[in-house]
Amino acid sequence: MSASSKQQKLLEVENLAVEFDTYGGVVKAVRGVDFTVDQGETLAIVGESGCGKSVTVQSIMGLIPMPPGRITEGSARLRGHEVLGRNAIDGKDIRGSEIGMIFQDPMTSLNPTMTIGDQIAEPLQVHRGYSYQGAFKEAVNLLEMSKIPEAAKRAKQYPFEFSGGMLQRAMIAMALSCKPSILIADEPTTALDVTIQAQILDLMQDLQKETGMAIILITHDLGVVARMADEVAVMYAGKVVEHGTVDDVFYRPAHPYTVGLKDAMPNNDRELQHELKPIEGSPPDLFSPPVGCGYCPRCPHAMNICGNRHPIDYFLGDHHFSRCWLHAEQVTEKPESLYVREHN
Amino acid sequence: MGALVSANALTRYFDIGKDQRVHAVDGVSLSVDEKEIVGLVGESGSGKSTFGKTLIGLHSKTSGTVTYRGEQLPQKYAPADFQRLAVNMQMIFQDPYSSLNPRMTVGEIIGEGLKLHMDLSGKEVRDRVAEWLERVGLNADHMSRYPHEFSGGQRQRIGIARALILEPEFVVCDEPISALDVSVQAQVINLLGELKEKMGLTLLFIAHDLSMVRYVSDRMAVMYLGSLVELGKADEVYFDPKHPYTEVLVGSNPEPDPNLERSRPSTAIQGEIPSPVNVPAGCRFANRCPRVMDVCRNTTPELIPLKDLDRMVACHLYT
Repeated sequence: MSASSKQQKLLEVENLAVEFDTYGGVVKAVRGVDFTVDQGETLAIVGESGCGKSVTVQSIMGLIPMPPGRITEGSARLRGHEVLGRNAIDGKDIRGSEIGMIFQDPMTSLNPTMTIGDQIAEPLQVHRGYSYQGAFKEAVNLLEMSKIPEAAKRAKQYPFEFSGGMLQRAMIAMALSCKPSILIADEPTTALDVTIQAQILDLMQDLQKETGMAIILITHDLGVVARMADEVAVMYAGKVVEHGTVDDVFYRPAHPYTVGLKDAMPNNDRELQHELKPIEGSPPDLFSPPVGCGYCPRCPHAMNICGNRHPIDYFLGDHHFSRCWLHAEQVTEKPESLYVREHN
Repeated sequence: MGALVSANALTRYFDIGKDQRVHAVDGVSLSVDEKEIVGLVGESGSGKSTFGKTLIGLHSKTSGTVTYRGEQLPQKYAPADFQRLAVNMQMIFQDPYSSLNPRMTVGEIIGEGLKLHMDLSGKEVRDRVAEWLERVGLNADHMSRYPHEFSGGQRQRIGIARALILEPEFVVCDEPISALDVSVQAQVINLLGELKEKMGLTLLFIAHDLSMVRYVSDRMAVMYLGSLVELGKADEVYFDPKHPYTEVLVGSNPEPDPNLERSRPSTAIQGEIPSPVNVPAGCRFANRCPRVMDVCRNTTPELIPLKDLDRMVACHLYT
């Protein structure tokens, strides 16, 4: 392999494409997504509902129902091993063991007929060969690690006896039970209050420091991204449109969609209150995805080429790229809101 | 300008069995001036929605009064009261998926109020509905479609059209944007702002997104476990919170600014909102409060105005 020049990352996703058969036709939910995540790093995937964030991570986890789903292209390598379509690498299960996942709605993601302790113990029995007693004891430890008070008593309770924040903690305990190298958090705090959200985000950061795991955080809340992320991938209509460090994306946004998202939120500057600028229109129909840039119909700076050809990657820094024709050299007048690389 | 709607020691309990009652709203006094937007924030379970619903009569009042333009409203609405008051007071609901009847067309949903309250012919109703669909940014042809054919943002627009077609004076917006995407939130907020300007609406804006409430509201009220803890100008409450609970709420609200987030210490507080069934004696926030004192556990603080500030706070730190 010629990959020796490039350092191997923990997870490398390349050109991933997923589609679903529906009665209305084929939905091309993910249309070529690339990203990498390294140990101890947090990658945030940002975008509106329906842009393919969840489908991307679910296909890595092997959670896409097939049929109707289909991974048509691409690869995802965990420590260099291809994981798409496989259940195990080196004899270790990927799902639950190598990669843990927490979901948006803790109320509906847990089994209402099993105690919390039994549910956390299950992956340990399945993946790590624990006895039931041993696994249950470990489950209590995990609940303590997730800062649930009276863990021994709580482990014997059922999900309905937990509040939303406590359930999310229990789900984190479950996801981390087998010490995975990656934690995927799909909108982990969307259903929670800000105070509880702050607790859960703190917990995730503390656990990341302890275990050195990577976190892939899916969210649409730019505030959460600013607090948690090292790297940010902005997705739109099944593609990554901008990728960079958190500072790149927040202070040097280089794609009109990223700028649009920021302008649609109230900033908290007391002196300087900008007017909320909504992004007019709605995301494109992925039954017949646009030929060119997916954002073109809503983009205030759209040009002729945008509707016809998909933009190439324009690098604005080592890791910062934007897929937007406005960065082409031929475009002489660039919008002020956009960060552009100085050509010298 | 005088108060349009005011609640005086408004209380709403729910009995849930022998000797057990949920103290959802406990003695809240809040008045909303004409053409004003008051934002009401708090965690889930703090009684925000129950307050809004009790205010416009969707729940009967356990005690306390609500006055509208000086008229005291009945403790429990009879059908005739709804008929009379619904023209003036309306509500926009949180969940655009469950608040529209899936078996009615959009035209029927929006036009229902007109049919019940105005003496109009079928054609006039259809014309008004068509006009309102356009006003909220939808298409007049959408009238014959059903709710499932619309996206979340579009459904919220239908909910807005339904609430505003009777041209009410006072509207309770119960988390109108929390189920929507960021880009769509701004669309709905701007639409509400525009309609407010044109129609001279008065709004009670219930939400848990503090940045958005600050952006939208003139005044902000903070609620915790059924009672008001702080009330003041929205900007001032946000940037200079006085009550420890407001401080926690503002501090937990993540800002879309990485440098700020890195420099800010974590303000996460322990614990969760207690059950409103067994309300603790004394200050309700005492068991989570970072600055709790002995007096807090015994005596309930009153909502009192602060010296030199246009602000009301219920906290022993200021007494």
